[in-house]
Order: sequence, then C-alpha cells, then structure tokens
Amino acid sequence: MTITPDQLIQFSPLHRLQWEEAQQKYVILYPEGMVELNQSSAEILKLCDGTRMLAQIVTDLEEKFATSGLTNDITNFLNVALQNGWIRQA
Amino acid sequence: MAGSDKLNITPPRWLLAELSYKCPLQCPYCSNPLDYAKYPDELSTDDWKRVLSQARKMGAVQLGFSGGEPLTRQDLTELVGYARELGYYSNLITSGYGLSEEKIVELKQAGLDHIQISIQASTQELNDHIAGTATYQHKQDVARLIKKHGYPMVLCVVIHRENIHQMPQILEMAENLGADYLELANTQYYGWAHLNRDALLPTREQFQEAEKIAQAYKEKVAGKMKIYYVVPDYYEDRPKACMNGWGTTFLTIAPDGTALPCHSARELPGLDCPNVKDYSISEIWNESKTFNFFRGTEWMQEPCRSCDEKLKDFGGCRCQAFLFNGDMYSTDPVCSKSPERHRIDAAIDSARELALSNQEKPLIFRNSKNSKQF
Repeated sequence: MTITPDQLIQFSPLHRLQWEEAQQKYVILYPEGMVELNQSSAEILKLCDGTRMLAQIVTDLEEKFATSGLTNDITNFLNVALQNGWIRQA
Repeated sequence: MAGSDKLNITPPRWLLAELSYKCPLQCPYCSNPLDYAKYPDELSTDDWKRVLSQARKMGAVQLGFSGGEPLTRQDLTELVGYARELGYYSNLITSGYGLSEEKIVELKQAGLDHIQISIQASTQELNDHIAGTATYQHKQDVARLIKKHGYPMVLCVVIHRENIHQMPQILEMAENLGADYLELANTQYYGWAHLNRDALLPTREQFQEAEKIAQAYKEKVAGKMKIYYVVPDYYEDRPKACMNGWGTTFLTIAPDGTALPCHSARELPGLDCPNVKDYSISEIWNESKTFNFFRGTEWMQEPCRSCDEKLKDFGGCRCQAFLFNGDMYSTDPVCSKSPERHRIDAAIDSARELALSNQEKPLIFRNSKNSKQF
C-alpha cells in the first residue's frame, strides 16, 4: 500500500489528531491507543485534510519552512501513515 | 511507604472510569472484585466531572467508561459530552445491553469516539449461557449499528475453555460484523475468573492451536481488521509488564470513588486506597501511599531485585503475586525465575485434569447474590 500521487489525502475519520498541552506535542488517538508525533510528522498530517494531493503537501511545507527537497521524506512518512491507517485516499 | 521515588513520577495517561458495578450480565470471568456488592455507592455526576477535569489537567487523554455496565448510568451522555469538551478520547466499554440506535446517535453527538462491545461466543447458545442473559442477537444488531453510525468498533471476546474451540468462527464473525479491531482477550485469572479457574483455563494444547489460528487470520485481514491478542500469561515464562508499571500510566476510579493503580488492586492488603471524595487526583497520584507503594524498584525482593529484566516487566503483577504466594512483594509466579513457579504449573495441571475428566464443574456466575457470599 503506497500513496497514489493523483488522489486527495484525508486524515482517517477513525483516528483523531490532537495537540496535547501536557506533553507539548501532537498525538494520534485511536481506540485504546496513542501515537506521539514529532513536529515534522505533525506538520505533514495537519495538511492531510482531504483538499490536497501529495505534490501540494510538499509545496506547502517547503514554502512554510523555506526549504526544498522534502519530497522523499514526506512520501516515505505518508506511506507509513497510510499503512498504519492514519490517513486514507478516496 | 515502599519504593517511593518522587523524582520519577510520570503523569497518568489512561483513566478508567468504572461508573457502576451494576450489570445485566453475569460473566463468570468478570474482573470486578468478588465482593463488589459491598460497594453499592456511586459517585455523583459532579464528582465524576471533577475527576475528569483534574485528571485531564495532569495529562490523562485516553478515557474508558466502564463498569459493570456503564449504560446503567443515566448521566452517561452528559459525562461523554463533558469529556469531549476537555479533549479526552473516550471509549465506551459495554456489553451492548440496552444500547439502542437512538442512544448510539445521542452518544456520537455528545462526542463519544469509540465503542467496544463484548460478545461472549460465536453462537447464541454459548453466548447466552456465558453471559447469563439472552443477549446474542441484540449484540449482533448493536455491532452493526455502531458501524452504521461511523464509530470505530472494537469487538472484544474473552477467551476461555468453553469458547476457545470456536476461534475460527469468532474470527469470521468479527470480520462479518465489520469490526475495525478484534480483541481476543485470553482470560486473566483475577476476581471471578480466579474463582472459576479450573473450569475456564484451557489446556496448553488448546492455547497453542487457537493462537495458531488467530495469527494466521491476522495476516489474512491485514489492513482491514487489526487483531489484538492478549496473551495468557500462565503459559509464558516471563510475567506481563502489568499496567506498564505501577502508578506510571493507568488510573482506575471505582464506582464509589476509590482510586486504584489497577482494577484488581482492591484485593491487596494494607494499601488504604484513597477516595476522590477526600483527595484531588493530583494528591492521589503523586502523594498517596497507595500509588507510591510499588513505584520504582526499591520494593523488590529476589530474584527481581538483581534481575536484568526488572525494568522490562517490573516484577510482573502484584495481584498475581499476592493471589499465589500470599506475598504481594514477591516475584510474579509466572516467571520461570520465581521459586514459586510450581504454583502456576499446579493450577495448569488442576484445570487440565478437570478438562480431561469429562466432569462438569458448575461456573459461579457474577451476580449480587453470589457476591454477597464474599
């Protein structure tokens, strides 16, 4: 299961992405479980809102952090996220 | 106070709110204490709200509404709504009994995240026998309604000698009902399960066969249904890391407001478990004798004390050490390094003897009448 570039990416309705004040980090919550996220993973997932495809997410993040060459890192992370069921495509 | 190490107290992450000991089911492996009938008091709605707020402020984020049957509380929807406002991820852990479509919708609107429903077996006859109540058909209907209304659904099946032969059918049932997660919970022998152990504990061969079937199915449904397999610790040679370590992660509040480091801890002597009516969650978690009792490793005896695995399993389960050895400081007897391991083997042999004898040992069902004898 890998990301299809020409499909929108949506965060899973069966999971919840949330900022945790006590932990000072974003977490993914699901039935009886929790995954703690580092900052870059959280930034990627926040853009998985069903309005963007892979290339758009890369462009937006490269712009936001004034950098380039993020395609590989973001694609790899999104593949992991897809396999874990955190995100989905149409 | 044994093992106090105030420098190393992590905040609670998991709050289990046991709203009520009332339950229409009578499962003979219930994890509630045998003498639950002694504790009929229940916290008020305001008490629960205070508990939820205080624990959330400390960092608790996963919240289980449990019991007994949490649906017996008339204020469940109000508490779910309050928990959502506070930012909890809330799990309803229910038998499904009394759960109508209207209630499922109402709870969803209030912000409930997930429903875990228990089914006792893959056939009506066995389900209704184990539950002590005719519930099979209703549970199937409720499972479908949970999916219909967009909740993630966890199907929980407690595994024991009466249903372990149904493993293939249980797996198929879960897939057909559209479960997102299937929890195959091998019975943990505390409370009522401990009382009924000779009749409930499967043989090693039965375990191995069932596990093989479940593992193979796991691969078949990968990406579709996740299978959690709760291992039967009697057949392991290392103990479970019980509660992820005492007072590190889990906080249970019993129906009467007693705060417990695990839901069985009430059985341990001399803990003086504090009540949320008398203390704040922060006082209970950080300062109480109970929650500091088995923190760290200072309390350990040999062979745990010098063991290089002591930070991996924390010496195992304190309740199990007490149940078998009469000494809650001792090594969990499941561990092959424990000098008391033979007690676990004797329990396995005793159950096996009954299993192979064709004799019936009647199950003692979990209900108020039976509870009053303890």
